[in-house]
Amino acid sequence: MSAVQASGPVAGSSGGGVRLRARRRRNWGGWALGAFVVVYLVWSLAPVLIAFLFSFNAGSSRSVWQGFSLQWWTGPASVFNDPEYRDAILHSLLLAGLAVAVTVPLGVSLSIFLGRWRGIASRPASMLATLPLVVPELVLALAMFFLVTKLLHFISLGTPAQVIGQVTYILPLVIVITRGRLASIPSGFEEAALDLGASPLGAFRLVLVPLLAPAILASAIVAFAVSIDDFVITQYMSSTSATQSVPMVIYNATRGSASPALNASAMVMGVATIVLCAAGYAVYRVVNRREEIVLPQASTTEGALGAALGEGVW
Amino acid sequence: MYPRRQLATLGLPGTIWVGLFVATALYALVAIAVGGIDPILLSPVPTWNPLHWSFGNLQSVWSALRPFNGPDWVVFERTVIYIAIAMAGCIVIGYPVAYFVAVRARRTKGLVLALFVAPFLVSYMLRMLAWVGLLSPGGWVDSVLGSLGVVGSQYNWLSGRSFVVVLALLYGWVPYFILPLYAALARFDLRFLEASKDLGANPVQTFFKVTLPLSRQGIYAGMVVVALPMFGDFFTAQLVSGTSSTAMVGTLINTYAQSQTDQTLAAASAVWLVAFLALLLAPYLRSSARATAEVAG
Repeated sequence: MSAVQASGPVAGSSGGGVRLRARRRRNWGGWALGAFVVVYLVWSLAPVLIAFLFSFNAGSSRSVWQGFSLQWWTGPASVFNDPEYRDAILHSLLLAGLAVAVTVPLGVSLSIFLGRWRGIASRPASMLATLPLVVPELVLALAMFFLVTKLLHFISLGTPAQVIGQVTYILPLVIVITRGRLASIPSGFEEAALDLGASPLGAFRLVLVPLLAPAILASAIVAFAVSIDDFVITQYMSSTSATQSVPMVIYNATRGSASPALNASAMVMGVATIVLCAAGYAVYRVVNRREEIVLPQASTTEGALGAALGEGVW
Repeated sequence: MYPRRQLATLGLPGTIWVGLFVATALYALVAIAVGGIDPILLSPVPTWNPLHWSFGNLQSVWSALRPFNGPDWVVFERTVIYIAIAMAGCIVIGYPVAYFVAVRARRTKGLVLALFVAPFLVSYMLRMLAWVGLLSPGGWVDSVLGSLGVVGSQYNWLSGRSFVVVLALLYGWVPYFILPLYAALARFDLRFLEASKDLGANPVQTFFKVTLPLSRQGIYAGMVVVALPMFGDFFTAQLVSGTSSTAMVGTLINTYAQSQTDQTLAAASAVWLVAFLALLLAPYLRSSARATAEVAG
């Protein structure tokens, strides 16, 4: 699986296959396909853009346009002045920050163990870590809710349980991304460093971590985006209204008569994610350009899901 | 290679984490499903010891979901039908899009790829919120289709219409179907297409004899990626319909979970759901393992 590595400037070079020459005569099938994709993209994105537009509605409707105004962005009942929206935005950002800070080191170190350990001792850990990908999120949320309320009483519902829940849910994604990259780094690189006198810690720090940097960055961004978007686990692990995240507010308010400030709060999170991803992608390009060693093509053992999470997002 | 002790230290925190928060959590779910209710506090009590398990909750959920004549069978049947239609829609819409981006797009590839990842950057709830605004009385879709006479005025899109729930599921999850399929198609060796053409196949034959069989694993992966969350989905139907006539299995579990005395039933339903999904996914896991073995040679 060539998760992150096959994605930068060389994305989609399709294993070095010869590019199909464009046919000279009019290609109606190709045009129809292109038109279909355009229609898909419009269908997929226009509703979101319209919801964005309605955050500038002069009236308090989220479906009938009543003129332009900034009142839901700056007024007294706006997204930043209404305590419910403001607190939810801050809480979502807090959860995302904590989720990234815990998941990335935990997931990357576990991936190195799973990828470099010889022997079957790592099998159970590997299976358990990826289990959250193959049960519905609702089942995992329910299971963790019972774990926290019936067994681990020292973990309280609210922020601690929400962070633990999100980390458990995001961990397999980080592992899939990191292991994909790791599989393309021959262990010979680290063995060479050890033979040349580096300490194990030195080989780890000077060889492995720099080579894993794109995967670490990709993991952090995926973790942030998934945390911001997460609804089911965050809801089941919440306690009072003080631990409401933005998706929870949207879920509770959408069918009610909430003002367009609701749209604005959703947009704030969307813009935060997009800005972060753009910044991450820029850093990723720089990191990738510095890379001088050409890593061998990875095998496709982790299956399409892993490849999707790595290649697709990037 | 690294000293084993140091590698083990690296793996320890993560192993403990998944042991506690995945394995023990799923065991807690089972323990609640086979447990009882505290007669005074009226809250579920887990039964940790397998020797003391009682299967009453699992039995009562089974008899409620009993095929064809259980009272909740209609919910299960509806869930399967909704998901089957939404999944068929995913293939019809998703395959051409993934194929175009992975194989055909050239100059526009970066732009199309960015636009097609965009739904992942705005939250699922926001995308549902957007449709609720459009379909509300007086919303843009409602008023345009109403004034064209496609639907009557006062159509009430958002009160218990099955096709609206299916379309919302399709809209919500189709990007998640496209992504793994795109990844599979992006690895596709285009020389196969040239070989097929050189050997005299027309484009239609090439598609059905070469492209489609080679993208089968990607289609399966995409189907699994969207099927799993849809079987646990309660929020989509709640947002675009909110009536019990469009309740899904996820709605059932979530409703049980809201009331303390029914939480044992929520756990039991979740256990049955996982058992059902395991049966459903077994063929995929087998074929995926076979494909992996072939690649590994």
